[in-house]
Amino acid sequence: MLRVGVLALQGDVREHVNSLTSLNVAVQKVRNPEELKTVNALVIPGGESTTISMLAKRVGLLDPLRKFVKDGFAVYGSCAGMIMLAEEILDGRSDQETIGGIDITVRRNAFGRQVDSFETDLALKDFKNNFKAVFIRAPWVERVGSQVEVLATYKTENNQEHPVMVRQGALLATSFHPELTNDNRIHEYFVQMAKSVSRVNS
Amino acid sequence: MANQNNSTGTPRVKQGMAEMLKGGVIMDVINAEQARIAEDAGAVAVMALERVPADIRKDGGVARMSDPDMIDEIIATVSIPVMAKARIGHITEAQVLQSLGVDYIDESEVLTPADEAYHIDKRLFTVPFVCGATNLGEALRRISEGAAMIRSKGEAGTGNVVEAVRHMRTIRGDIARLKGLDKEELYTAAKNLQAPYELVAQVAELGRLPVVLFTAGGIATPADAALMMQLGADGVFVGSGIFKSGDPVQRAKAIVEATTNFDDPKVIARVSRGLGEAMVGINIEILPASERFAGRGW
Repeated sequence: MLRVGVLALQGDVREHVNSLTSLNVAVQKVRNPEELKTVNALVIPGGESTTISMLAKRVGLLDPLRKFVKDGFAVYGSCAGMIMLAEEILDGRSDQETIGGIDITVRRNAFGRQVDSFETDLALKDFKNNFKAVFIRAPWVERVGSQVEVLATYKTENNQEHPVMVRQGALLATSFHPELTNDNRIHEYFVQMAKSVSRVNS
Repeated sequence: MANQNNSTGTPRVKQGMAEMLKGGVIMDVINAEQARIAEDAGAVAVMALERVPADIRKDGGVARMSDPDMIDEIIATVSIPVMAKARIGHITEAQVLQSLGVDYIDESEVLTPADEAYHIDKRLFTVPFVCGATNLGEALRRISEGAAMIRSKGEAGTGNVVEAVRHMRTIRGDIARLKGLDKEELYTAAKNLQAPYELVAQVAELGRLPVVLFTAGGIATPADAALMMQLGADGVFVGSGIFKSGDPVQRAKAIVEATTNFDDPKVIARVSRGLGEAMVGINIEILPASERFAGRGW
């Protein structure tokens, strides 16, 4: 049976728990390696990526999280969660560690400061209608590896196009925060992904 | 990044920013070096100000917005969000802080109020605001003016958690009393709280504020931070408690870890060891009313 964990070290944990719960999925908060063992899919919430990374290291979760990804469990990260799943980050702290797994280079705070944060209607690949995407001090993707599928891009003023939703195998990441809206389609998409790779965590 | 269908400064964008800070610690810093220590310790944001509340208390005089040079330097030093304080009602200080690119403005009773009758109309700004409150009515008045985040006031610069506890318990208690009231009763509750009916009804339905609720004012130890989280805070502001202590680096880290693991006494015990001197602290009952910050604002 599918049991989705939400990494609960810091950030908008409650919003992801609510989005998943409304899809009738069993949800468990994950704050340590023992709790990670009880789930077979994971969401990494929005928050401050430097804080989440440091806390994960201090409680000994970084390596178990890397193993979780390597073992093929489904993981979805929004905003800070996207940074945590990226193989490489720009404008991070020099000692900032990520879990990795998605072969992308992500730039932190790429859209600017909080006064530049915004919401917009975004077209997503394979989704019928636009999505109300909320970008908050958000990252974007500057390089995608050959195994990475781009599901949405954002075009800036000077016509540069940057991926803001990507998938590689069982790993999904968005620059924006679907958990801040009542639109559950991305969580639903992730739950379907997780069910299709459905594995037992032992 | 002005795209045609983009909207900046919407309630969702402002309140959403505060959601991202939940479970975290926001630290008062007075220069770039302290800001770096805060970021290294795992702070989710820093609050740039000229003097920490304990020194404002000690030095007296008028406390104002910080020097823009200092704020620029802190913004250039750290990658986490930078907040700054404006005086209550000081519209221009808030405009200046927004133009500097701070990520959140604290319209704060810790600074000397600029207006004794009116708070800032925060809806006019793109940058989000956090405001202090001692009870639910005050919190909802701030939200109706556009505050996107609330912090219980406590008594800043005392190192004494008792007022933070009082204000958090009062806000939570006020919320608990709304639950179970029927519609007719909610109108009277709104009148008594001196708050808009729509917000009162929303709180009754949600069982919490419609925005993030942090705590502030007197948090000095990891156990203080964990206590406030157990009482229902979404996160913690620490002012004088860190940089007025014997070992700010260790204490900052310890408070971050205690905030995440607030319900695990073993973790609190571990991080509480070997922190050196906590800030000395002041007993509230010996503070004359004129020196209490929490009574500022209405």
